[in-house]
Amino acid sequence: NMASDSDSEEDFVTYGIPLEPLEEGRPLKKPIPLHEQTVKDEKGRYKRFHGAFTGGFSAGYFNTVGSKEGWAPSTFVSSRQQKADQHHARPEDFMDEEDFSEHGIAPREITTSQEFSSSRRDAAREKARAINAQTALIPGDTLLEDLIAPARSSIGVELLRRMGWKEGQGVGPRVKRKARRQQTDEVRLYGCALPPAGSEDSEDDDDDFAPENVTFAPKDVTPVDFSPRLGVQGLGYRGLDPGLALLGQGAPEHIDLFKPQSETRSRLFGDTQRSSRRGGVAGQAFGVGALEDDDDDDVYHRDSMSRYDSVLGGEEPGDGLYGWTAPQQYTKKRDKNKDASYLGKILEGFTLAQKPAEEKTIFPPPVLPRDYRPVHRFNPAVSVSHLSGVSPALAEALRTSRGHMVKEEPQQGGRHQLDSDRERLLNLRNSSNPPSTKTPTIESCNAPRLAGSSAGSSAGSSAGSSAGSLALSAAASSGLQQQQHEALVSWRGVQTSSQTFRPFENNPSKQARYEFYLSRLKQGDKDALDQSLDQGMTEWERSREREEFVRASILYRPTSSSLSSRFTRAKHQEDDDNVAVNRDQEGDVDDKQAAVKMKMFGKLTRETFEWHPDKLLCKRFNVPDPYPGSGMIGLPKVKRDKFSVFNFLTVTESRETTGRFIHLQGSGDRDSDKKKEGDDEEEEEEEESRPPMDLFKAIFANSSDEKSSSSEGESEDEEEEKDTKEDEGKMDPQVPNLFNISSNITSTSSVTSSSGTSSSTTTKSNQQTGNTTTPSDSPLLHRTEIQFQASLTMRI
Amino acid sequence: MAFPQPRPQAPQLPQHLLRTIDCQQGAVRAVRFNADGNYLLSCGSDKSLKLWSVSRGTLLKTYSGHGYEVLDADGSYDNSQLCSCSSDKTVILWDVGTGQVTRKLRGHAGKVNCVQFNEEATVILSGSIDGTVRCWDTRSRRFEPIQVLDEARDSISSVKVAQHELLTGSVDGRVRRYDLRMGQLHVDFISSPITCVCFSQDGQCTLSSSLDSTVRLLDKSTGEMLGEYTGHKMKGYKLDCCLSSKDTHVLSCSEDGHVYCWDLVEGSLSLKLPVGKAVVQSLSFHPTETCLLTAMEGRVQVWGTEPEETEEDTMDLK
Repeated sequence: NMASDSDSEEDFVTYGIPLEPLEEGRPLKKPIPLHEQTVKDEKGRYKRFHGAFTGGFSAGYFNTVGSKEGWAPSTFVSSRQQKADQHHARPEDFMDEEDFSEHGIAPREITTSQEFSSSRRDAAREKARAINAQTALIPGDTLLEDLIAPARSSIGVELLRRMGWKEGQGVGPRVKRKARRQQTDEVRLYGCALPPAGSEDSEDDDDDFAPENVTFAPKDVTPVDFSPRLGVQGLGYRGLDPGLALLGQGAPEHIDLFKPQSETRSRLFGDTQRSSRRGGVAGQAFGVGALEDDDDDDVYHRDSMSRYDSVLGGEEPGDGLYGWTAPQQYTKKRDKNKDASYLGKILEGFTLAQKPAEEKTIFPPPVLPRDYRPVHRFNPAVSVSHLSGVSPALAEALRTSRGHMVKEEPQQGGRHQLDSDRERLLNLRNSSNPPSTKTPTIESCNAPRLAGSSAGSSAGSSAGSSAGSLALSAAASSGLQQQQHEALVSWRGVQTSSQTFRPFENNPSKQARYEFYLSRLKQGDKDALDQSLDQGMTEWERSREREEFVRASILYRPTSSSLSSRFTRAKHQEDDDNVAVNRDQEGDVDDKQAAVKMKMFGKLTRETFEWHPDKLLCKRFNVPDPYPGSGMIGLPKVKRDKFSVFNFLTVTESRETTGRFIHLQGSGDRDSDKKKEGDDEEEEEEEESRPPMDLFKAIFANSSDEKSSSSEGESEDEEEEKDTKEDEGKMDPQVPNLFNISSNITSTSSVTSSSGTSSSTTTKSNQQTGNTTTPSDSPLLHRTEIQFQASLTMRI
Repeated sequence: MAFPQPRPQAPQLPQHLLRTIDCQQGAVRAVRFNADGNYLLSCGSDKSLKLWSVSRGTLLKTYSGHGYEVLDADGSYDNSQLCSCSSDKTVILWDVGTGQVTRKLRGHAGKVNCVQFNEEATVILSGSIDGTVRCWDTRSRRFEPIQVLDEARDSISSVKVAQHELLTGSVDGRVRRYDLRMGQLHVDFISSPITCVCFSQDGQCTLSSSLDSTVRLLDKSTGEMLGEYTGHKMKGYKLDCCLSSKDTHVLSCSEDGHVYCWDLVEGSLSLKLPVGKAVVQSLSFHPTETCLLTAMEGRVQVWGTEPEETEEDTMDLK
């Protein structure tokens, strides 16, 4: 810790020269060159590496076998005088010195060889092991071990044997006494001393005939076999005793802990006594068998194998003649349960069913009719018609959308109808496109032609009847007339209009006209359209509005309650026309620039804004929130009309957000175009109408101002200039910023041709801000390069 | 406006080289004293941050974890934490003792030029080339900054904190002072891109150096210029400036390999400290004593008022 270090700085004691700190980048050391990587053997001779893969050293002399001369192949020579003796090559012949060393593959040490085996078996030892095997957890496993393990005898045993010792004899100097008769049949057991330790006091029976000069080996000793206790059972636990189980003992009496295998042992020691032969299980882990007959037995005490059948089919309660391969009529006689138990293949916990399972009757699948084709097609016309209460226009739309998905229309008529629908939709779209290139006349001719073609081909309607009052081409009027009729039909008699869509909400007067039109429609007035239109408008405008009203009325036909109840108007309409803009705008940069040049810092260069710190930030700084309760953070923003040019003009000064924002805004417009296209043509109508005067003013004010500062400004009508000059007073705070309309802005904001020239005239100041107002990624661009000292020289 | 009190003796200047530390971490981008001035932090271009003892010049710890060159660092008041910022767009909060990264703060869109603890080390302020200052909370586990100050229109080159005020210098040529207590933002227009800003020790003035090779001392409350210091060369590099610990002098790095030291009141050049041939990259003044750190290329130099007594001298004295 730095703090503690500073307190106890005196504690540091520096000895010697500090090591260079380890550099992570560069390698620690130079690698040892190849010629210095040497290995010497024990005699100091160089060894040579053999190769990366083998990893070993050279074999023999320079990878040859043996000597400097190398390996000389021996030739087979045999003559009459010298018969070639058979030469058996041993592995050692092909080995190196190292292989015989301690860690080689064939070390040469004095060890007892594994292969050594005594010819005679150690009888006494085997006996002892057999005794212990009885007490082992799994009886007899030591026997198995004996079978597998090679018999080994140590060098001591071997030496003893050379000295005349015989296995089984006692070890020690020979004694002068009478030969002792081995008493194998009488073994005494002492307490818990397991196994019985020889026969020390069995010298009682003496014989007289032993000569004086005969010495005898010491008494035989049964060696104690200490076998470790394995397993986790408690002391005294015994598992199944195979001796008892197989050889059997009648009903077991008292459990004698100290001589559990008395019978076995006695047998081992040559006991000839035989008890009654019945199987019995000796062990405490056995409960009551499933086939237990008598329940009065002590269940957890000891079970006897005698109660079980130990032989398959051996001792049946029948005549026992046949066993389980008995002939049919023989087995059928017997109980089924018993039969099952003999099968022996039934899983644990299962019994044979008492009743045979009923067989399931399986019915064959129905036969398919011959002309059946396993393909299903949806019929769009039918499915649409199922939607009851949907307005025809909506149904059409549905059908059209389906038509996009289903490429192949099976019904010829249906596809045709679809085409006409599509065309009509196209028609709608055409008319709703902003006529940036099309003139109204072209458009009005174009659209009805499509409509007319569709109308002509579609099933009979009122296409023929012309609306004479309209000054349109016949085809157009026929299409329109048809739609008008449709609208009339759909709107007639509709009472509620509270929830109808207001497509021309942005244009109140138009909306009013539309509503009037709707009200006429509801009354069933055929001339509703003409009555509702504004007579003061131009012919072109009226014709457009006429189409719009008809289409809108068809599209926004009040739906039946079932459908309309599913939709509701948004409670809070998104006022996407507004954008958040910093409320306080920074003042003119030029003024400040001038002030800086004159070194008049202070009021001229200082600006103060209201700024809202985050609540948490205030808390962290231990400062009371200057604006408690205000949810605002940062500079206060105000909502401005999105479409007002002044937004951009004023915001341009503030950073790159403008660029980003304008970008967004532009795309948003396009989106909304797409979205609303189908619904609402009026919006487009608005857009295609002349942009508000302010825009022109703003743009041309720019260029005119430009003229004053730079002579580049070549431009517009004098009228416009006059306008701007007049307006300059009004737009006072914003005007200076008009310098800073960058080409970005004008291109993205949907200002058309005229703005291009004006924006191109922006000059010096534009370049400055233009950089900063490039879209989103641009803040990384720098007007001025602030660079770090290049570290290139450092490396050298 | 508080000018320093009349001084009883001539102020001493750090004009003697006490020691040179070869940091061995590439170019040293910034060198900083810790809060009490006993240690220094050197930010290397080899992605490492190193902690040194100033008096001995021994390396105490290397902090590695940045993905690109370290540009600035700061130590907390209690010396328990460090923060550093890097070209890898991250700010890292370090534990001093273990050298482990306590927190890695991501959010900046570009390389982070400057970083600063507030006085209680509860907030880290980092200014980035993306034009924002982000206020990171060191107390919470949140990965978002508490607040993003995005008023600047260009890269933030310098951030300083004094009590409840944040001072930022931006390449858009403006010095912004955020007053948390008043809830106000004061913008001083300097015109030329700002490379470094400082508060004076008394908190009444702000010092700002800009790429027009000028250091300006402005009155904090009104924005009026109190002093202008020129003579050095600062045209392209982001170089530091600072005030001496007693507010008597103004110091600035220079691209001609000197550290310029002006008298604060008179504005006259009182010392031109030759550091080396290359650009003086960074400098830091001891918080209490007259001791200066300069960074040039891969070396950090420690400057004091008197030549340090070498061990031979002390032996002789005995």
